[in-house]
Parts: sequence; C-alpha cells; structure tokens
Amino acid sequence: MTTKLASPGAPVTFSPETTHDLEMTVRDLKLWYGEKQALHGIDLDIYQNNITALIGPSGCGKSTFLRCLNRMNDLIPSARAEGEVMMEGKNVLSKQVDEVALRKKVGMVFQKPNPFPKSIYENVAYAPRMHDIVSKGKEQDELVERSLRAAGLWDEVKDQLGQPGTSLSGGQQQRLCIARAIAVQPSVILMDEPTSALDPISTATIEELMHELKRDFTIVVVTHNMQQAARVADYTAFFHLGEVIEYNDTAMMFSTPDQKKTEDYITGRYG
Amino acid sequence: MGRLNIAASADDRPDDRQRSAIDKTEPAAMQTDQILMTFFAGVLFLGVLGFFLGRSKAARVRASGTPMHSQPDQYAWFTVLSAAGPAMVVAMLAAIVLGLFEDVFPGWLAVVGALGLGAFGLFVGLSRVRPELRARDSLEGAVKWVLVGAASISILTTFGILFAIVFEAIRFFQMESFWYFITGTTWAPGDSFLEGAGRGDGLPEASNNFGAVPLFAGTFMITVIAMLVAVPIGVSAAIYMAEFAPSKVRDVAKPVLEVLAGIPTVVYGFFAAITVAPLIVSLANSVGLDASFNNALAPGIVMGIMIIPFISSLSDDVINSVPNAMREGSLALGTTRAETIRSVVLPAALPGIISATLLGVSRALGETMIVVMAAGMRPNLTGNPLEDMTTVTVSIVSSLTGDNEFESAATLSAFALGLVLFVITLALNTVSVLMIRRFREKYAVSNL
Amino acid sequence: MAQSLDDISRQLKKRHRKSARMKWLSMAALILAGTFLLVFLGDMLVKGLPAFQQGYIEVEVDYSERAAELPLAAVEADYRDLVSRGYLRLIPGRMADDESLLGTTQTEWVLADDAVDQYLKGRKARLKDKQIEVLDRLAEEGRAELRFNTGFFTNGDSKLPEMAGLASAAMGSVLVLIVTLAFAFPVGVMTAVYLEEFAPDNRFTRFLEVNINNLAAIPSILFGLLGLAIFINFFGAPRSSALAGGLTLGMMTLPIIIITSRAALRAVPDSIRQAAFGVGATRWQTVRDHVLPLSMPGIFTGSIIGLAQALGETAPLIIIGMIAYIPDAPTSFTQAATVLPAQIFTWAGMPESSYVERTAAGILVLLTVLISLNVTAVYLRKKFEHRW
Repeated sequence: MTTKLASPGAPVTFSPETTHDLEMTVRDLKLWYGEKQALHGIDLDIYQNNITALIGPSGCGKSTFLRCLNRMNDLIPSARAEGEVMMEGKNVLSKQVDEVALRKKVGMVFQKPNPFPKSIYENVAYAPRMHDIVSKGKEQDELVERSLRAAGLWDEVKDQLGQPGTSLSGGQQQRLCIARAIAVQPSVILMDEPTSALDPISTATIEELMHELKRDFTIVVVTHNMQQAARVADYTAFFHLGEVIEYNDTAMMFSTPDQKKTEDYITGRYG
Repeated sequence: MGRLNIAASADDRPDDRQRSAIDKTEPAAMQTDQILMTFFAGVLFLGVLGFFLGRSKAARVRASGTPMHSQPDQYAWFTVLSAAGPAMVVAMLAAIVLGLFEDVFPGWLAVVGALGLGAFGLFVGLSRVRPELRARDSLEGAVKWVLVGAASISILTTFGILFAIVFEAIRFFQMESFWYFITGTTWAPGDSFLEGAGRGDGLPEASNNFGAVPLFAGTFMITVIAMLVAVPIGVSAAIYMAEFAPSKVRDVAKPVLEVLAGIPTVVYGFFAAITVAPLIVSLANSVGLDASFNNALAPGIVMGIMIIPFISSLSDDVINSVPNAMREGSLALGTTRAETIRSVVLPAALPGIISATLLGVSRALGETMIVVMAAGMRPNLTGNPLEDMTTVTVSIVSSLTGDNEFESAATLSAFALGLVLFVITLALNTVSVLMIRRFREKYAVSNL
Repeated sequence: MAQSLDDISRQLKKRHRKSARMKWLSMAALILAGTFLLVFLGDMLVKGLPAFQQGYIEVEVDYSERAAELPLAAVEADYRDLVSRGYLRLIPGRMADDESLLGTTQTEWVLADDAVDQYLKGRKARLKDKQIEVLDRLAEEGRAELRFNTGFFTNGDSKLPEMAGLASAAMGSVLVLIVTLAFAFPVGVMTAVYLEEFAPDNRFTRFLEVNINNLAAIPSILFGLLGLAIFINFFGAPRSSALAGGLTLGMMTLPIIIITSRAALRAVPDSIRQAAFGVGATRWQTVRDHVLPLSMPGIFTGSIIGLAQALGETAPLIIIGMIAYIPDAPTSFTQAATVLPAQIFTWAGMPESSYVERTAAGILVLLTVLISLNVTAVYLRKKFEHRW
C-alpha cells in the first residue's frame, strides 16, 4: 500500500522522496477537553518502520495527539475526539473498533517510567499472558528473554528477574517499560517524551534502542528536545497551538524549514 | 470528694435506680459542686483582679516614660498567670491526693490553700511587673506549657484506660486462675457468686467458673460473619466507585455510605433484634432448620452492614491513591479494565485494603450495642451461627450492670475481658497503621 | 507479522465479558449497600411513624369528692380501662390546683390507655370483647381518635407506654454534650495547635501522634471502663450523672477533634505564618491572631462531627450507669440522667409491644438530630472553605 498524497501548498502532510508503506493516516482530527478545543484538525501520515517525532512548545497538543492514536484519551471523561485515524482501513476512533484491541496493536511508553509493582519477569510476562500469546512455562520464559534482549536490558537483569521492577534505575525502568510494550507484539509503539525523566547516558541508550526497534516497529515519539528529534527521527512534525505547522523529512525540517514559526522554534526564539 | 461504692447503686433494681442514685450520691455531689464552684469563682476573681492590677501598673510605668520590654496587656496576662497558675496546680494535686486517699483532709482546706497560694502568686507577680521584665517571653513559655499539658491529656487517657483495666484485672486474676480464664470453657459468673456467698460446693480459691473461651468463640463467630458481609461488599463498592462509576454516581454514593456510617450502634442493635433476627428465624424454619431468636447471624450481618462504609471509604481512598500511571501502563498494553484492576490496581492497593479490614475487625470485636441487643447472653461454644451465643462485650456489660458487688470476681471479670479486648484491638490497630505506612511510602500519597 | 485488529477483537470477546461482569458485580455491591440503608430507614419509618400519633377518647370526667381520693371513680365504669391510668392518677392533683373543678362534670378528651391506642392503630390489642364493643361505639360517634403525640416530646420516661416520652433523655443528652464539648473542644484544639504549630519533631511528639491514633481506635466500651474506674470510683463523680458521662464521651471525642483540627490548621498556608512572623509577632500571637481564626470553620466542622458521634454513643454510658429510669428531666450536671440512645436501648428491652413503636420513633428523632448536625457541618465546610 504505497500512497503518494498530493499536498498542494499545504504544509500539513508531505510525501517522502522514498516510498514507504503507510501505517496510520490521520485526517482532520479534532479533540476537545470539555469546552476547550485542544486539537484543531490534524492531518498526518505515519509511515511503517520509521520514527516520526512530534515536537513543539509545551501545551501544543503533541501528547494529546499521541494519546489519540491508541485512544488513551478515552480514559479522560471530558475528552471528545472527531475525525479519522485510519489503520487497516478502519477509523480506530469509531466505536466499532475495540480500544483494547487497538492498544494491543499500538503500544505506549510513558514520560515517567511506570513499571508495575511486580517482579521484572512479571512486568514483561503479565500482558502476553492476558493476551494468551504464550502459555506459562518455557514459552513464556523465552518471550520474556526475547523482549528484554530487544530492549537491551537482558544482560543487566538476567540474574535478578525476581526483583521488583521498581528496584531498577530510571533508565533501566524505562527500558523495562519498552520491553513490556514489545512483549505484546504491537505494530506501533508510541513514546511520550520517553527520556525526559532520564539522565544523558540513559537517554543515549534509549535513543540507540529506538534505532534498533524501528526495524520491527513503527515508532511515534513526542519529544521536547529538538536535538533528540534530529538524532532519532526520520520524519518530524512541528505542533503549535493544536495544529501541525509543518511536517517533513527531519533533515529538511531542521535545515530548511518552510514555515517562519518552525524556524523561530528550532532556532530557540520561543518554546 | 470521697470514694463512692459503685455497688451502692448497682444493688438496686433498675426501677429504683434513679431514686437510689439521688439518695446516695447527692450529698457528696452537692459538696463537690459547692467546692468546685467556690474554687472556680475564687480563681476567676484572682484572675480578673490580676489582669487589671497588672495592666494598670504597666500602664503607669509606661506613662511615666520608661521604655518597657512588652505591651501592658502582656504584663496583665503575666500577672493573671502568676496568680491562677499555682492555684490550679495545687487544686489539681489536691484532687488527685483526695482521689487516692479518702478524706485525708477536707475539701474546703484544699480550696483555701489553693486560693491562698493564688493570692500570694498575684502579689509576687505584680511586684515583678517592671520595665525590664520580659513578660512576652514568659507568656510565650507559659502558653507552650499549657499546650503541652493539653496534649498530655490524650496520653493520660490512654494510660488511664490501661491502668484502670490492668489494675482491676490484676485483682481479678488474684481471685481466679489466669490460665483457666484463657483456656477454660465454662463461663458461669453466677455460680461463683453462689460459691462466694457460701452456698456452693465450697471450692477453694479459683472457682473455675471463668473460662472465657466460649466468649472468645462467640466474638470470633460474630466478627467472622460481619467481615464476610463487610469485606466483599465494601471492597467491591469501593472498586466500583473508584474505577467504574461516573463522577455523578460517586458524588451521590459517598454521602449515602457516610449516612450508613453515622447511624448509632444502638439503632443497628434494634434493627438486628426486631427485624433481622425474626427474619432469619422464619427463613431457617422454612428450610427446616432450628434457629434461636438470639442467633449469631443477625448481629453478625447487621454489624457487617455497619462496617461496610468503613471499609469502602478507606479502600476507595487507597484505590484512588494508586497512581494513575499504573492503570495507564497496563491499559496501554491492551488489557481490559477488569484485568488491570485485578492484576495491577488491587495488588498495589492490597496493603491498604488489608489495613482497612483489620480496622474493621477491631471495630467488630469491640462493638457492643448490636450484640448486647441482638446476641444471646448464654455462653455457648458452638459452630452453628443459628444458635445463640454471647460475646466478650456482652459479658462486660452484663457483669457491670448486674446485681454483683464491685469487689466480686463476677464484676471484676469485666476488666479482665476488657484487657483482652484492649490488647487485641491495639495490636490490630498497630499492624494496620504499619501497613498503611508501607503503602504510603511506596506511593508517596499523603491523604491517608 | 502482528495480528490484525479484527483478529484481536475476536479473541477479546470473552475478556470483555469478564470485564463487564466485574463492573456489574461491583455496582451491585454498591446498590446492595444503598438498599440496606433504604430497607433500614423504611423499616424504622413503618415501625416508628405511628408513635407520633396517640389515641385519645372523649369521656365525661366527674370531679366528685370521691374522685379526689379514688381517681378511678372519676370515669364511668365502662370507660375506666380505656383511659390511661397515668391520666387518672393526675386527677387529684389537678383538683387540688383548681378548686373550681370540684363537683363539676366535664366532657374531656382524655389520653387513652396503651391497648386502646394500639387498637385504634389497627393492631392486635389485649382488650376484652366488651371493651372492644365500647371502643367501636366511641369511634363511631367520633369520640375516639388519634392525635399528634405531643407527650412524646414533653414527657419523661414512664412505665406506661402511652405516657413515655423523650424529654428527660433529650435534656440528659444536652447536658452530657455540654460537658463533652467543654472538655474535648479546648483540650482537642490546644493539642492540635501544639502538634501543628509548636511541637518539635522529637520522640515525645511522635509518641503523642501514635497515641492519638490508637486512642481513636480503642473500642468505645473501654472508655466506659475508664469512666467507671477513674471518674466514678477514683474522683467520686456521681454515678449516672451527666458529668461522668460527658467526661467519658469527651475522652472519646478528643481524638476526632484533634485529628480534624490538625487538618484544618495544616490547610492554612505557611505564607500567612511567615507574614505574621515578618512583622514581629511571636509564635503564639501568630497562632492566636492569624492561624486559628482562619482554621476555625474547619475546627467547628470537626467538632460537630465529633459531637454527633458522641450523641449516638451508648455502650460506655451503660457502663457508667446512664440507663437509669429517669421520669423527670435532670436540671444539674451531677443528677442522675439518661441520654437519647440509652433511652432507646431501655425501651427496646421493654416487654410491651407498644414500646417497639416508641423505640423506632425515638430512633427517627435521634437520626433527624444527627443528620441535621452533619448537614450543618457540611454546610459550614462548604460556606467557609478557603481555597488557597
């Protein structure tokens, strides 16, 4: 499914030079918290096995947008979304799509590492067991090992799988959360400022990990850190006041931004 | 201010109790009344006098142009304290001495002594009102000590309870065997009375009529029934309110449950005895079972209803303080609400829920009115909740409202039972506090 | 390759059913708890409301000289057993007070006997067939009816159900609560002020805090043992008196007032204190002039809640003898007294069935008072609540 989207003059979507399969397409997505509108008609394409970064000043709606992709906003009673988020030819915002199924397919890693108050092993094994992906025993052990390896954590924790997940360091906890997300075998992993609570070394580790992961997963990452977007992302979208101001190839975006606002932002004039 | 014999009024039939109470306590009471009145009037007079004298002296000094350390009012209060303080202390000491040793000196002597010292204090205080006196600092110190004194009252209360119970319990165990008390299975205080009056078999010393095991068993049975009602309903209701209910439902449900918690226990007792117990009897009869009108099930169930709001509100707090990040983390993995609650939220909230349950158990053990009104009076060691059985608290009440002398083992047994109740509820409360503290440390929640 | 959305959804069906089941079950638990409350209130209303009405019959009362000595003679033989014995007993007294009554015959509405009252309310009553006949005739002639039961609120306790009222118990409750408040409010607030504003973080303070928490969890009956052993036996407070009862309940209410007052003090932001210190106020001046006035609504709310709890408490008062039979309202703190819940307890233990409705009515009155107290507390909190 290779689509080239025509975008005459519109800065909101773009078609990359090289063709990629589309994972999700977002059209005219609007969202309200009660009376207050937080997203004003977002159009965005998310390409398979690429990293898409969402940047912008705080309160610009980038996290809200991310949480629409797996309908985490459903948990907020006052939130109401309109528009299309297409995946597998279905609008995942519609009531016909089971949000639990969606979340299995679109996993999420949060800003603050939030391992469950269980053992490291259980943190990873818990959801796959619920989804009946593996049966208890050897199969489960293998999945846990595979996921922890994929998250680059195996060597550090293989001797202490019974320890509580909360006993790990911040960076390790975040990789545990990534392992936990991988273990349910999603297609997309959403990351909401995954390194903002971490030290620079842990951040570097996670950024490397993201490069590894994009072979198997589509990644959408929200970051407040433009250097990070420049380092990890293939594509970058700049959000401002609930709108996408510019969406482009990362290198293009940072070298020759189309929009004045984007340029102001990436040159640090506001934020 | 003498020591009154409790047996004096306990001796009489309930109908005559009021008359006897007036006859026998009024003279002493009147005297106490008058002595207290005189004392407080005297202290008040000294205080007011001190205030005005102190202030006018300070104002005079100030008017003469001498710079003073503090405000005139502060000198005034300083004088009040130096008069009333010693008087109060002496009066309190006198009251305690009079309580300990009856009538070593007449009450009026204490009043005269206290007020005399107060007058002397007033004089000394007034003479110390000088520009260099740091009245403000003294006041600040005095206030602090008054506050410490007030704070100590709660400690005194705890120790008062402890000593009152332990002291009388020791007297009981001097008459009866401690070992038999905690392991014996015959509870028959009435027989011990007969024996004491020389009409029994004349058993020496310990009568072996005070085996409390049937009481413990009855208490245990009713507590278990109560918790079987309260814990599932309370925790489930809390889960619904914290995890599923729209905020409007919550806003209604919480006050409703609070009403349930505010109903006096005597009211629950009446409900259990008049409505629930007959219902259970007829239900049991309809399936061919025999049930006593004082069956353990009625007070147990009603006690459970009473404890529901207690458990649900504490559990609701605890579940609410499980960080939302836990829920989101689990839901983002594509688990359902129920799976998230069962596998992530409840395990995290478990220490808090257990702590709430322990507090509930401690309530059930100490609950008195429901069992006094709806449970039986007969010590009965049985596992059948449809039979009548009695509890520790019922026995405490019946031994203190009966016709026994205060010094008799039958009456003093109330304090031995009270001691058991005190120790167990204190232990439960301590464990519960420790568990909630562990929960709080883990999630840094401050509203518990 | 990851599964498609449709595949996953199909597998989820069972899990969703489980989730829904949990939701409904937990909702059912909440509804069940609410139902208990409704059943209970309904039961009390059904049982208690009739007691607010009382049977009266119209008879001719003959204030003869004979009646002054033998009150029974004042009423015709047919009606004698239908009239409350309590009413008859009062006749000589009334004749002595009002001499003009002597020798007259008056048609009066008279308080009916308990059995008549029950019969008029359509219940089984221990009346003979003859009496029922007379009563039916009276009812037909409009000479027997149910009226609002003012006696229930103005009379003290009585051995005659038709005469029994709540007045003396209510007075006792008021006296007890005055003592409770006079003790627990100042001591509780001072303790809270000490802990929040003055106490250094040392062992004594921590011990104090643990102790207050424990005190709040001690079963109420043990406070009764304390009251008995310390106030009555040791300090010689009169047994059954409002003084002993009030102090006992005061000790019990203390932790509630301390805990709520501390919360109220803690809610006052530190900036207020620093502002006061900044203009040279001492600690005590700061507390007295700034912190305490700002936290008073919260402290009052907590105290009302504490008082409501003390008002409903029975067990410790039984231990110190406050279940005495009190026909006349007490007028001093040292007189023997009883309180509302204790009155309910004594009535609940009466063998006559007509006391059941009085007990339930007493409960309705008690609950009304308690709910009004709590509503007042909530109102106070809402009205004066500061959002810092």
